[in-house]
Amino acid sequence: MLEIRWHSRAGQGAVTGAKGLADVISTTGKHVQAFAFYGSAKRGAAMTAYNRVDDKMIMNHEKYMKPDYVFVIDPALVFTSDVTINHKDNTVYIITTHMTTDELKAAQPKLADKNVYTVDCITIAQETIGRPIPNTPMLGAFMKVSKMYDIEFFKESMQRILGKLPQKIIDANMIAIQRAYDEVK
Amino acid sequence: MAFDKMELRDIEVWDGNFAAAQALRQCQIDVVAAYPITPSTPIVEGYAKFLADNYVEGEFVMVESEHAAMSGCIGAAAAGGRVATATSSQGFALMCETLYQASGMRLPIVLNVVNRALAAPLNVNGDHSDMYLGRDSGWIQFDAYCPQDAYDLNFIAFKVAEDHEVRLPAMVHQDGFMTSHTAQGVHTLTDDQGYGFVGDFKPMNDMLDFEHPVTHGVQTEEDWHFEHKARQHNDLMTKVIPKIEQAFADFEKLSGRKYNLVEKYDVDDADVVVVCMGTSVETAREVAGEMRAKGIKAGVLGIRVIRPFPFMQIAEALKGVKAIATLDRSSPNGAAGMLFNEIAGCLFNTDTKALLSGYVYGLGGRDLTKAHLVDLYNELQANVDAGKVTTPLQQFIGVRGPKLSFL
Repeated sequence: MLEIRWHSRAGQGAVTGAKGLADVISTTGKHVQAFAFYGSAKRGAAMTAYNRVDDKMIMNHEKYMKPDYVFVIDPALVFTSDVTINHKDNTVYIITTHMTTDELKAAQPKLADKNVYTVDCITIAQETIGRPIPNTPMLGAFMKVSKMYDIEFFKESMQRILGKLPQKIIDANMIAIQRAYDEVK
Repeated sequence: MAFDKMELRDIEVWDGNFAAAQALRQCQIDVVAAYPITPSTPIVEGYAKFLADNYVEGEFVMVESEHAAMSGCIGAAAAGGRVATATSSQGFALMCETLYQASGMRLPIVLNVVNRALAAPLNVNGDHSDMYLGRDSGWIQFDAYCPQDAYDLNFIAFKVAEDHEVRLPAMVHQDGFMTSHTAQGVHTLTDDQGYGFVGDFKPMNDMLDFEHPVTHGVQTEEDWHFEHKARQHNDLMTKVIPKIEQAFADFEKLSGRKYNLVEKYDVDDADVVVVCMGTSVETAREVAGEMRAKGIKAGVLGIRVIRPFPFMQIAEALKGVKAIATLDRSSPNGAAGMLFNEIAGCLFNTDTKALLSGYVYGLGGRDLTKAHLVDLYNELQANVDAGKVTTPLQQFIGVRGPKLSFL
């Protein structure tokens, strides 16, 4: 079982990202689950979304999770919420920030002994898609860190999932995914 | 068919709401009258979009309340159409008066209920309070445990409800957020398979058949009221269960997926069994498997059809079990709990002398964790070892503060 927790703000596309990732993984024959905590969250409120991936049917519906990966797609959440909650020794963090990994660890000591990768998904999204929607670049970074799928296969799959959007937006997302894949450290 | 068909992949990643909306599209609903409410909104939103995009030939009626939504459905069903809607929580509560009208008038409406807590305090998350509120309303009630079930049970609900020997409305329940907003792989039917399963709508006593005028919504006082109610209850007790079993069998032939009135998971040789509904059934199945690896003979009994209540089937399923826990996700507010009472009733006149204990859990969407269920199975095993219930008969799981228990 592979488990992922997303830290996001409502409106940044974590749910869409989690569902998109689930969709791609499902096409390779694995079982998937994607969900989120909503409450009555307003746009901009901190929220979490989740993915589960397994070779067999996923029956666990508990919200509690000890994640293998933590994705943080808003830079401030590292400081305003505990992104390390329920962590495991081998939990991998991929965090959106303009800082380097060392600078981030110095700024947030909780991350000092953690396995942290950083990538500036907000800037990438702003420069490619034209809006600060950091969900698809985060998935590009995840492909690099996890080596889950070949990036070309992943981009092809995402083109299908984004299919209803204008071609210009889809193309921009592909560039964003590739940039995050190349830039994550 | 004058509308467009949709190409679906064999497995689509859908949440429970979208799965239900796709089923409504494939069943080609004539009329949806709806007043959207969280977390059921995407079901009727989905239908409206399919309609606007020419994937359905039908009518979406926007109304001013859930009371009006069900009233609109009643009117459309009496006129002679295939009718569905969706609601949750406060919306369901507001519909209650009309739910009894729909079932008493024997109108085969399908209502998707995305289960959510009832205020006060206001809460949008999933528990079974609204589902429990509907259980004496004369409707058939199916319960889904995951998005796949929410999809499949919609087809089955239309098939059973519209049968001329049944003619009763049916609810398809799914857990708010835990199913409705959780995306999982759903095995799809093609549009032809889905529509073929439910078939063309066959009207009965429809008001638009001017050659055969009929009266709907009559008044009967002490002269006839009881006979009408008794006949409705008789049909629920005697006719509906065989029709549901037939629909389950037909659906298995079509899809390979088998549903049962009560779902038995590792129950046949079990010492300790958890009886529950909704997503908890699946989480409990996973934990039961893990308990078996530790030497505890654990099982899960899921209630698939809540009304008509499968009384005999449950008595039969639990006959060899030594200790049973009933899990109610609705506050009994001064009683032992619906499942506790119903299961006690099923077993009271049998030779099964199982130790029965009740639990209230998960109100307002509070998480039911695997750790909770491990503790629960261990408690049941302790009851078996002691030969008596070692805990109070009613306990609360996962509530903060000092441990709450009663009876």
